[in-house]
Formats: sequence, C-alpha cells, structure tokens
Amino acid sequence: MNDIRTQEMNLNFGPQHPSTHGVYRGVFTMEGEYITKCVNHIGYLHRGIEKMAESRTYTQFIPYNGRLDYVSGMLNEEAYVRTVEKLMGISDQVPERAEYIRVIMAELQRIASHLVFYSSMALDMAGFTPWTYGFRERDTILDLFEMAAGSRMMPNYMRFGGVAADLNEEFMPALRKLLDIMPKCMEEYHGILTGNEIFQARTKGVASLSREKALNYGISGPSARASGIDYDLRRDEPYGIYDRFKFNVPVRQTGDTFDRYIVRMDEMAESVKILEQAYRELPEGPVLAKVPKIIKPPAGEVYHRIEHSKGHLGFHIVSDGTAKPYRLRICSPCFVNVAVFEEMAVGLHLQDAVVAFASLDIVLGEIDR
Amino acid sequence: MDKKMDRQALVAFLNEKMDAQAEVFEDNTEGSIKVSRLKLVETMQELRENPQYKFDVLMNLSSVDYPENFTVIYHLFSIEHKHYLTVKVEITKENPCWVPSVSSVWKAAQVHEREVFDLMGILFNDHPDLRRILLPEDFAGHPLRKDFTQQAD
Repeated sequence: MNDIRTQEMNLNFGPQHPSTHGVYRGVFTMEGEYITKCVNHIGYLHRGIEKMAESRTYTQFIPYNGRLDYVSGMLNEEAYVRTVEKLMGISDQVPERAEYIRVIMAELQRIASHLVFYSSMALDMAGFTPWTYGFRERDTILDLFEMAAGSRMMPNYMRFGGVAADLNEEFMPALRKLLDIMPKCMEEYHGILTGNEIFQARTKGVASLSREKALNYGISGPSARASGIDYDLRRDEPYGIYDRFKFNVPVRQTGDTFDRYIVRMDEMAESVKILEQAYRELPEGPVLAKVPKIIKPPAGEVYHRIEHSKGHLGFHIVSDGTAKPYRLRICSPCFVNVAVFEEMAVGLHLQDAVVAFASLDIVLGEIDR
Repeated sequence: MDKKMDRQALVAFLNEKMDAQAEVFEDNTEGSIKVSRLKLVETMQELRENPQYKFDVLMNLSSVDYPENFTVIYHLFSIEHKHYLTVKVEITKENPCWVPSVSSVWKAAQVHEREVFDLMGILFNDHPDLRRILLPEDFAGHPLRKDFTQQAD
C-alpha cells in the first residue's frame, strides 16, 4: 500500500451524521483511508441551560434536565434532584417507596439508553435488523414511563423528596411482563449481533483505550469499565438504596470497541437483576416527603454525582440562600468522554472511526447543554 | 461523596513542601482548600503523584462569578483511595483574568478549561489550544458572567 501515492485531504464527519445522536462535526485529516488527525467541533446544540438555571427556581429547573440527555431523562433528573436534596440536607427524608420507584425508573432508563446504543451502533455498521430489535423493547420501557409520568422521553417525574406521583395499577403488571421477556430478548440481541463474524472483525482490537489514558481523560461509566477501571458509583458509593441490591459490575480489560459494546450489554442484564429485586420488595407508603413548597437551600455549595447510563453525571450547585441557584454547573459524562475521540480516531480507517465513535455512546444534548 | 480527608494536614503538608499558600476553606456543605494560582500546577502535580493522595481523576472544573472575585473550582477524585478533594483558586476581577492551565496534569482539563474560557472569560495560561468550544468564534461576551443578561428575561 505504501507505494500508492495519496494526497492529504480534509473530510468533514458530520454535522448531523446519524451516528452522532445530534450535531457533532469531526474534521478528519485523511491519508488515503487512514485518519491522521481529528478535531472535534461541538456546540451546535448549545442552549445555555446553565445560564437559564440562574433565572429559574430550583423546582422549575427539573424539566430542563430531561432535555439534556434526551434518551435518559430519568437519570438526569435523578442526578439533579439528589444534588439539591443533599444541599438542603433532606436526602434521608425520601420515603422508602419513592426510593424504590427511583431505582426502578433509573434502571429502566439505563436499559432504554443502552438499547439506543445497541441499536444505533448496529445501524452504524449498516445492520438495520438489530436496530429494530433494540427499539422494540425500548418502546415498551417508554410505555412504562408514560404510565408513570405521562410522558415518554421528557418525564419530569422526580421531585425533591420523592417522585411526582405514585405508580398506577397498570404499571407493575406491565413491568412484570417486560422483566419476563427481557432474558429472551437479550439472547436475541446477542444472537443477531454479538456473535456475528463481521461485527467481531470490525470491533475487536479497534480503537483501544488504555486504562491510563482513560483516567487521564477522566473517562467514566461503561467506557471506563471497558478499559479496566473497576468503578461503579452504585456499588462503591451507593446513593439512595443501592446498597440493598445484589448485582455485578461488568469490567473488561482491553478497552477496544468490542469491550465497550459488551460491557453495556452485560450491564443491561445486571439492571434486569436489580429490577427483579425492586419488583419483589417494593413497599407501600407515601411517595413524597413533606418538603417546603418553595425550595430555599442554605447558602453554600455542593457537588454530587450519580452513575448515569453514560458515565458519572455530576451537578455543582452554588446557593446564596435564595429560591434560585446562584450558579449551576452540569458536569456531563458525554462532554468529557467525547474529548478522547480526537486521539482515539488517529490511525483508524474511516469506517472504523464511525463505529468507535458510536461505541463511546454520547448524546450531544448533554455535551452542549 | 462523604469520605472527607484531613484537610488541615493536607494544607500543612502542601505549604511546607512547596509553599503552596494553601488554606482550608469552609463553604458550609463541603470543605475545600484554597490555593494560590501561582502555585496551582505544582500543587496539582503533587496531589496527583503523591501516593498518599493520588488524585488521578479530575472529575469537574467549574467557575463561579462572585461579586468580589472569580473562583475556579476543581473537583478531584482518587480511584485508589476513593477520596475527594475540592480545590479553589480565587482571582480578582482584573482584565484579563487568568489562571494557569492544569491540562499538563490531567488531559481532561483541556475541554473543561476551554468551556470556562468560553462561557466565563477566564484565560488559562499555557493551555495548548484555548478557543471557544460551545459558542461561535465571533460571539461577543461571556454568557455565564453575572453582568451578561439574557434577552428573554
């Protein structure tokens, strides 16, 4: 190949490439089929949400969180609500039942988010059938959200001190149905994609990320666990009632595209385990603590993070004692994780870069905020 | 997030070892330490390398526009020891206001610093590629400053 003379050229990857879940542009410098340099361009979706937070009350800001990572709104809301609860010092007042409902919603959302990942990654390799499989169960989960919150993607369901409303009577039977079919569905997902030779050839050993580099870039979540960083906030710093559940944290060592894929697939199975336990143990009782109508946290600041489907989502809130946050910073996992792609893409084929990018599982709404 | 480390001892150590001009900072909910910007990079390097602290992850880099100064806030985390530290740097509202870049210590700082530069207008000395990141290159002003008002309100 080396004797074929090629000319260096720049190639725009996006914006609005379907694999980027939004608007991302990567400017690749190409040497033939290989990428020699990559520059990330983000910001096309920037809505100034951090600034908007300063002119809204704490409660008014809850719905904005669903619009950050719009394929896992429940988790974004949970992160924000828990941070404010910590700032208020009311974390321990959340009723039992509400804590269980939060776990159910969070784990359902994690599965739904990973299914979007599974589907879109397959689609990026021109696999249309797996895409339909993944979106089938995701739709069932969104049905569940509709029953609970009245909305499918922007739930606005979490509240300070609990959740907005109790589950209706349809919910638990529908959840049971989903839990019953999930193991079979997981088999199907694996059957159609994981064992596929083309899929393996295009993901194994591609775009490896070492543990050291992942730490240096601050990578978190499944992408970090694929590189051997054995850390999951649900297990290592349990918030809410996560210390009551038994589940494993999938960890892989090579950090290639395949590992990032398989870690997420294994996580779905673990989430089903958590849901089974929560289904069995869900207690009766109120779902909302008695909290003041107008939230006025004491002056001070707090940083809190939870295990989001894409990594560690943290909120840094500075309060001056009034009903509106003085400063609200959202530290989103996608914003941090996408930065490593500039380095990861170098040396890859163009087609492999598309898959490697998909394996980071980013959502631009959360990057740009 | 509740694992608190002995901040007094840490501050004493940093001041003795490298004259970091550090002090313990009480901000009601979480304690943090305050460091002079002149000693910031050395201090961060030490916090990352020293086996006793080993802060190998920069989780978050944030900035606040207080009436009296700008504060840049670093949230550090150690995977090995599972402990947290918040480091603050206060800078007066001079023009241009700057802090040294810590992107040589953690690469994660590169994008965070670009964002703080973009939205808060704080310069990071020795940053390899300090450009706007979320807003267009020709955007005027820095929206997260308190004197930047929204049109809609």
